Amino acid sequence: MSDTSISPAPSKWHLPELGFLGWMSVGILVFWAFVVIFAPWIAPYEESTILTEKSFDPGDGSAFMLLGSDYLGRDVLSRLIYGARVTLGLAFAATVLAFVLGVTLGFVAGILGGRTDDIMSRINDAFVSFPSIMLALILVSAFGSSLWLLVLTIGFIEATRVYRIARSLAQNIMVMDFVEVSRARGESLWWILKNDVLPSAFVPLSTDFGLRFTYSILLLSSLSFLGLGVQPPLSDWGSMVKENMAALNYVLFYGLKVALAPLLPAVCIFSVTLANNLLVDWNLSRSQKDISGELIA
Amino acid sequence: MSALLQINDLRVEGRRNTRSPYSPIVKGVSLEVNRGEVLALIGESGAGKSTIAVSSMGYAKPGCRFSGGEVIFDGISVLDMTLEQKRVVRGARISYVAQSAAASFNASLRLDDQITEVSMVHGVGTKAEAETRMVDLARRMQLPDPENIIRKYPHQVSGGQLQRLMAVMAMNAQPDLLVLDEPTTALDVTTQVEVLAAFKDAIRDSGAAAIYVTHDLAVVAQVADRIHVLLGGETVEEGPTEQILHDPQEDYTRKLMAAVRPPPKRTGEGAGSREATDDTVIDVAAIDAGYGKRIGGGVVVQVLHDVSVDIPRGSAVGVIGESGCGKSTLARVISGLLPAASGEILLDGSALPSDVKDRTREQLRRVQIVMQMPDVSFNPLKTIGQALERPLEFYLDMPADKRRERVAELLKMVDLPAEFANRRPQALSGGQKQRVNLARALAAEPEVILCDEVTSALDTVVGAQIIELLKRLQDDLGVTFVFISHDLSTVASFADRVVVLYAGRVAEQGPTAQILSPPYHPYTSLLLHSVPEMRVGWLEEIRETETAQLAAASVVEIGATGCPFHKRCPMAIPGTCDVKDPPIRPLPNGHRIACHREVAELY
Repeated sequence: MSDTSISPAPSKWHLPELGFLGWMSVGILVFWAFVVIFAPWIAPYEESTILTEKSFDPGDGSAFMLLGSDYLGRDVLSRLIYGARVTLGLAFAATVLAFVLGVTLGFVAGILGGRTDDIMSRINDAFVSFPSIMLALILVSAFGSSLWLLVLTIGFIEATRVYRIARSLAQNIMVMDFVEVSRARGESLWWILKNDVLPSAFVPLSTDFGLRFTYSILLLSSLSFLGLGVQPPLSDWGSMVKENMAALNYVLFYGLKVALAPLLPAVCIFSVTLANNLLVDWNLSRSQKDISGELIA
Repeated sequence: MSALLQINDLRVEGRRNTRSPYSPIVKGVSLEVNRGEVLALIGESGAGKSTIAVSSMGYAKPGCRFSGGEVIFDGISVLDMTLEQKRVVRGARISYVAQSAAASFNASLRLDDQITEVSMVHGVGTKAEAETRMVDLARRMQLPDPENIIRKYPHQVSGGQLQRLMAVMAMNAQPDLLVLDEPTTALDVTTQVEVLAAFKDAIRDSGAAAIYVTHDLAVVAQVADRIHVLLGGETVEEGPTEQILHDPQEDYTRKLMAAVRPPPKRTGEGAGSREATDDTVIDVAAIDAGYGKRIGGGVVVQVLHDVSVDIPRGSAVGVIGESGCGKSTLARVISGLLPAASGEILLDGSALPSDVKDRTREQLRRVQIVMQMPDVSFNPLKTIGQALERPLEFYLDMPADKRRERVAELLKMVDLPAEFANRRPQALSGGQKQRVNLARALAAEPEVILCDEVTSALDTVVGAQIIELLKRLQDDLGVTFVFISHDLSTVASFADRVVVLYAGRVAEQGPTAQILSPPYHPYTSLLLHSVPEMRVGWLEEIRETETAQLAAASVVEIGATGCPFHKRCPMAIPGTCDVKDPPIRPLPNGHRIACHREVAELY
């Protein structure tokens, strides 16, 4: 009887088909992860050591100050490397916080529904209706901008966005038949959350994590650029752009190389966000392919 | 004269994703369709029916490609056409009616704009001409109030009407060939009769040819001139309808015919082999239920009204009715997923809390539910073994090693190999999943299993196998089944007792044999008459009857005053049926009919 035939066993794990852009993105992210972890060993100098009295010294082309100095005569390369640590580290911490907060509350609202959901979601809507940079400015000017407060601020703002996604995911999964089966069995909400909802929500949430990480980097950099983010002498990419903007006026005197001081941090931000977005796109298209693949049979 | 459409040795292959190799779907099929002729393609899912049908338009679904053979439409090779050339043919000369009309219309455009668009795009006459044709076709499709119904939006008309409007859209540009892909499968029996008849008339009147894809032989018998039987992408046999129905040459065709349950005989011979006992396991007493809580009690949309049903221990109780009658709601109320607004459910004489959250684990264990859609009733991330082990752990506190043994036993009970425990649900076919679904319910060692349309999503042959399995399980284990279905033949072949629901009320209930024989509730009578019979000419006979003509007029409405069926009832008493709730007329063996007419009038 055809009904009891065994279909072929699922194929083994193999390298994902990323394509050139995908592998390049992975390469960029691995590179930055390496830089973040080993910053003190890679960086030639301390980030806040003043090495020369000249602002925007383009260097002499030797290994000493490879990328020149910044407006206070500090080594641009070292500051970029330490800046990666601060920018990516803070953004990552903020994204994790946003997910812990947003997913927990979103799932609670989505699963309980009714009055609880109404109250939680309307409060959340109130926060979402502020442009995120404005909300961040309000919070930072009210509470100050230590590194911890920056993580809390950005984490909170992004959590309001994550909340909406988590809530609608939970709502959609809760009405699936297999959840009904679990409910009819008498399983506790906690069991259903852990076994049915969270695993099914994992792929869309991981995609959003990538996007959210990008947004966090941009928000943090914007705050730093406005002078409300990471405070000197710590370096981060956003504040490096701001501090060294004046270098663009020196291009005529010192040559194009001095423009690296403000431009390179911007390029770094660009490279991480681009790589991240490419991977998110790939993840999305892969899940869509699986769906259409099902139809063929 | 050569055929309108000629397909020679067609081969199509497909693949799941870009990594996997192509495998054949259609393996060399040849057929032809002449002008004015309806050819039916019949077979189980995966037989390649739809793939062949859409190949007539030179179309291959995503992931599929043509690998051989030729498709010749009116002397032109379709497969050799460029996309530009195909566009000219599609819609104008060959048009397609999909299975789900609801998903095929744009929800935000008016029906008339969508229907005439095809003619406009292809430049078939003026807009005014297209509109005249549209109204004319709508009238021929027996749509009520054709001038106005086409001015509506898709959500404002019923499913059966939408399916007919879909056909109006397909025929508006006056195509030479219609491709109908399971156009009545998603409809209720009563609606199906009307839609089938409308299709048949319209095809005959327009002189177009048609390819009719279906898995339902009884439907085919009504509309097709010739039948082409397919299995696994290959032709089994082809012949005139009469010959395939009465003198099939191949074993497979005979098997297909055997899987079609004969329509319930109206002589009083039901399944009802088990004697009715007084031992009631579940007593549903005066349940009201619905959706949306209203502050201060009550519901916003009431679905079930005063439903009382006895379920005798060890019996199979069938619940039947059209969609929207509250069948699934009843199952959800009994299982506690939807707490009743009022009324009681008694399990072995003691009241069962109405909300699943308030029930004890033991109470939960004794009543299990099996869901309708096998594809979505499993967590896709868990293996079959994990899905089956959970109830063993949850209800029976079984240690891990014993659970694995038991899973193998359970799989064996539903005729599946023990290796399936390591598979994920995606690797199983629909029928296999539905077996595992049953095994999961059996794992709890329940007394009652609620089966909600468990065969509806399956092919006829596979569905018949599931029914056989249910019968065997009942004989072996003595479990009580509540079997919900819209298919009267299936219910009649399996159930000892039948409950007929209409618009959330019990119209009639009693032993199967008595339900299938007079006296009937007028609604039961309509249902019985709507089950297609597998013979040519049945459709014409049935449409002559007054019952069918009235039934077509309306859809199920919930919450009306009086008897909810009065608008469709040929025996309705004006001034009584539309005002007062019908009295319940008791007959022997717990047979009860809710009707204003005297029992003697219901023969």
